[in-house]
Amino acid sequence: MDARTQEFLSYIQEGGQAEATDWLPEEYRQKLIKFIEMHANSELMGVLPEREWILKAPTLQRKLALTAKVQDEVGHAQLIYRVVEDLGKPRDQMFADLISGKSKFHNVFHYPTHTWGDVGVIAWLVDAAAIISQKALLKCSYAPYARIMKKICWEESFHILHGRDVILAMMTGTDAQRELVQEALNRWWGPLMQFHGNPISREEDPMYVWRIKSQGNEEARQQFLEGYVPQIWELGLTVPDPNLRRTDDGVWEYSEPDWAELKSVVTGHGPRSQDRLAFRARFLEQEKWVRDTVLAA
Amino acid sequence: MIFEVFRQERKGQPFAHAGSLEAPDAAFADAWAREQFGRRGESEGLWLVPRDAVHRITEWADEFDLKYRRVDGYSIKARLRAARERAGTLGAEEVSGA
Repeated sequence: MDARTQEFLSYIQEGGQAEATDWLPEEYRQKLIKFIEMHANSELMGVLPEREWILKAPTLQRKLALTAKVQDEVGHAQLIYRVVEDLGKPRDQMFADLISGKSKFHNVFHYPTHTWGDVGVIAWLVDAAAIISQKALLKCSYAPYARIMKKICWEESFHILHGRDVILAMMTGTDAQRELVQEALNRWWGPLMQFHGNPISREEDPMYVWRIKSQGNEEARQQFLEGYVPQIWELGLTVPDPNLRRTDDGVWEYSEPDWAELKSVVTGHGPRSQDRLAFRARFLEQEKWVRDTVLAA
Repeated sequence: MIFEVFRQERKGQPFAHAGSLEAPDAAFADAWAREQFGRRGESEGLWLVPRDAVHRITEWADEFDLKYRRVDGYSIKARLRAARERAGTLGAEEVSGA
């Protein structure tokens, strides 16, 4: 590592932040692009499992709330893709890499949404897991990304409320509704436990070394468990992990998440990976004339 | 065209950089910014500035060492000690150099 890069690394490790117009080490720029692009992809692909339920939402209010959530998430994708564009990667290239499978999106968006229970669990728990990662990005060493995260975290908090409200409505409903929630939780628990990634120490995580992330994977997962398992239990739901327990010193123990599944899913082998990419590809093509017209105006 | 978006959250607060958007002209940028930064009534006002119109200053020359304009430009501590020594108002421990 040359002296200038070393100096930059020390600066950000001491809490310093960089702007788009600053000199950035090439390695740092590439890591930022990879990380932030995956985040943008996840916002964009993350609306597809929920989109299917706009037509099937149980009431008009729920339909409108879900539509608003989808709008929020696509808005996040727009903001985040802009940050990556300023780092030097054109949007066309990002869309091409998304569709070809060269770039990735989060594991939880590769799964089907079987029932309205899944929609509630996604909005409540998947968004809760995501907001834990995103809050840690408020301190990102790359300032343009950290700044837009304020708006994103603020809007995500609505989604958790919406999700919790959906879940509470079902948990105060019929036995069949309660069963839908439990079944959805059973389906989502595995992916949720994989969501924050394998428990490598943060010092070995290049995204932490460059202070793109400000916490390690396991710290994020512990925070999720600490915050949400009690909320799951208080509704009379069962977490489908017989080994889940909180030790006396406040650490959550759990069964080893299926890391092979995580790897397989994010590399495009999840149950809905290819369908969703095909959907995105079709709409990109179909709406090309809109982009061409707008940008030519 | 890239527009930088500055957002004021409450009356009287500074407009702070909130992100950027790409639009072909100001009318598009207006519509998009309202949707992106104001649809929940979270903003008092927005400034949309074409990125090219932003004049940036990041280099700060100080050839004449004009430190009298800065808080670090004054050695008050040493001078105060000398003045108090002369006035005989230094405490015993201070005199011994503690």
